[in-house]
Amino acid sequence: MNKSILICGVGGQGTLLASRLIGHVLIEKGVDVKVSEVHGMSQRGGSVVTYVKYGEKVTSPVIEKGEADIIIAFEQLEAARYLPYLKKGGKMLVSTQRIDPMPVISGNALYPDDIIGKVKALGIEVIAVDALKLATEAGSAKASNVVMMGVLSKAWDIPEELWQKAIDECVPKKFLELNKKAFKLGQQA
Amino acid sequence: MKLMLGNEAVARGLYEAGVTVASSYPGTPSTEITEFAALYEEINAEWAPNEKVAAEAAIGASIDGSRSFCAMKHVGLNVAADPLYTASYTGVNGGLVFAVADDPGMHSSQNEQDSRHHAIASKVAMVEPSDSAECKEFTKMAYDLSEQFDTPVIIRLSTRVSHSQSLVEENERADYIKKPYVKNIAKYVMMPAGAKPRHVFVEERTKKLIAYGDNCPFNKVIDNKSDIGVISSGAAFQYAAEALGDSVNYLKIGLVTPLPEKLIRDFAASVKTLYVIEELDDIIETHCKKMGLSVIGKELFSFCGELSQAIIAEKILKKTAETYTLDINVPVRPPVMCAGCPHRGVFSILNKLKLRVSGDIGCYTLGASAPLSAVDTTVCMGASVSGLHGMNLSNPENAKKTVAVIGDSTFMHSGITGLVNICYNRTNSTVIVLDNSITGMTGHQQNPATGITLKGDVTAAVNIEALCKAVGIRRVRVCDPYNLSDVETAVKEEIAAEEPSVIIARRPCALLKNVKHNPAFTITDCRGCKACLRLGCPAIFNREKTVEIDKSQCVGCGICKDVCKFNCISEGKV
Repeated sequence: MNKSILICGVGGQGTLLASRLIGHVLIEKGVDVKVSEVHGMSQRGGSVVTYVKYGEKVTSPVIEKGEADIIIAFEQLEAARYLPYLKKGGKMLVSTQRIDPMPVISGNALYPDDIIGKVKALGIEVIAVDALKLATEAGSAKASNVVMMGVLSKAWDIPEELWQKAIDECVPKKFLELNKKAFKLGQQA
Repeated sequence: MKLMLGNEAVARGLYEAGVTVASSYPGTPSTEITEFAALYEEINAEWAPNEKVAAEAAIGASIDGSRSFCAMKHVGLNVAADPLYTASYTGVNGGLVFAVADDPGMHSSQNEQDSRHHAIASKVAMVEPSDSAECKEFTKMAYDLSEQFDTPVIIRLSTRVSHSQSLVEENERADYIKKPYVKNIAKYVMMPAGAKPRHVFVEERTKKLIAYGDNCPFNKVIDNKSDIGVISSGAAFQYAAEALGDSVNYLKIGLVTPLPEKLIRDFAASVKTLYVIEELDDIIETHCKKMGLSVIGKELFSFCGELSQAIIAEKILKKTAETYTLDINVPVRPPVMCAGCPHRGVFSILNKLKLRVSGDIGCYTLGASAPLSAVDTTVCMGASVSGLHGMNLSNPENAKKTVAVIGDSTFMHSGITGLVNICYNRTNSTVIVLDNSITGMTGHQQNPATGITLKGDVTAAVNIEALCKAVGIRRVRVCDPYNLSDVETAVKEEIAAEEPSVIIARRPCALLKNVKHNPAFTITDCRGCKACLRLGCPAIFNREKTVEIDKSQCVGCGICKDVCKFNCISEGKV
């Protein structure tokens, strides 16, 4: 049975790197993998989503509503937006960061209250982490994506060394130590 | 095995096929093909000013005997259509392959055209891979096909094929020996005497390609012993395979133009019910119906947007997935101009002066979004300049309240010809070149005005001021878009001028690595007038009665300071 992981966030938060890390981990695991990305316009601060699907043989690269085993949201509002993509019984990993979209900034819409509480009220298993704080602790707010990979590593049955290898391969050398620390803080969260 | 984007796999295919020349213009979702091709030392890869120039460079290299390549997005093929339609007649010497990436769902495009129509109309062969492994294999096979049938070949991609990663096996580069160039006026000089017999050749070639399609490595039948058949291609095949699994038989079409006849007829005869599942237009379906076959297609599936396994499951299996629903109103999150974007200052002035703005393609198209809402029109690359001329021809009074905005790369692409028309046919038009010194929206590609090539070499840079003067613009001025009063003065004076003018608003994209940022600005004693919120800056947040600047996003451009009437915003400390 194929599995699906959906990663959502705001353009610029590093969903591409996150999906590539997961992709690398899965190749090392020796399964078929597809990673679907969105480039271009939506990367300019818009809502972004990437998909990782793996198993014996993956055909469609996209995840549809009700299909994701795990959703990793880098921002609360995006968690709410992509919730319908979660499979019944699926898990949500949410960074508690809040980034106001333009309609909220310009006063034409309200940022909803207590998104995580409302998701939990549906009976969904939610792991909420202040990834921004942990990333800052690791050395850069930009590493929230890797903190969330640390969070994923606990919820997911993958040997630790595969993660370390993926980080070594995907992250520029300059930022390697920082990202390893970010990953560890995510694991411990 | 390596995990590769479809675009990276096409580039790998170019390398393995022995390609030596690649000339393209960037366009989502095709851009990375040529960027990856440039990483191979053996491939002379470049960014051309536009797709027509790129295609012609590839045609020239092919005539000289090299295997050559050109990539573009779907609308880029419209620009390159002129050379393509006649290269169909001349045919090739070294293999000639174009890649065109369609964007069903319009993730980053102004229309949703189906490029298969161009292959049909120009009568060249078109192949369509479904995943990265096929991207590589089809690219290599496309070169053999091109040389075997003396035709340009187009690889049709789509967002989900170009921008999905799947596993690819890498092989060695072929020892391609460049073909000798032999002068052949009848084949390569397309005046009527030569073109008439070449058109006859093209029609014969199409017949041969149709027969080739019956038994070729691009097309395959997957027999699951079902009495239901599905004909599909590209990304749509993957969706069908996921939704329907091995419960149906498939005819997966890889050579999508021209379509085979006997293969389709035999497949149709082997099943009781036949579906055609294709994204965008009904090209395979129409072909089947023309052959008298009964198929189910667009009565179930839309002409608009992407397909998916969910749509196919719903339409054919009547199955829908169970989902969670949250009872809250989730505000949309549209893309925005980045914090510190140099375009913002110009749009805030255009908005303030309530001008009509003839817009163009690039990051600055976002100037149409709220709250700036400054852009009035966006059609295609270059249309801001030529369209402004038309508006001012329609009513010369428009010239006092209308401007065009165009980026540096788009100006190089096809803005300059519109400016020539403004000078030649004399409207008092004002064109603003938003020169951020890079091709922004597609992810920072160099262009002829930046002075750096795709391979990273330093080269001659087009001098935009001198170019504008050379075509006949006397009023050319440069301003800094971070300096709002400077921009406002320039715009007011130039729209008032009784002759054509160009304003170059020059400042590099804030996301470029070599751009130094100022410390974040701060707000104290905010009066809550919210004038700064009207800039649409993602670093400025509304907090009930006041506003706040997000220090992690602010790059210290300072234009919010200029719009604050109460002097509450100040420069940050180093």
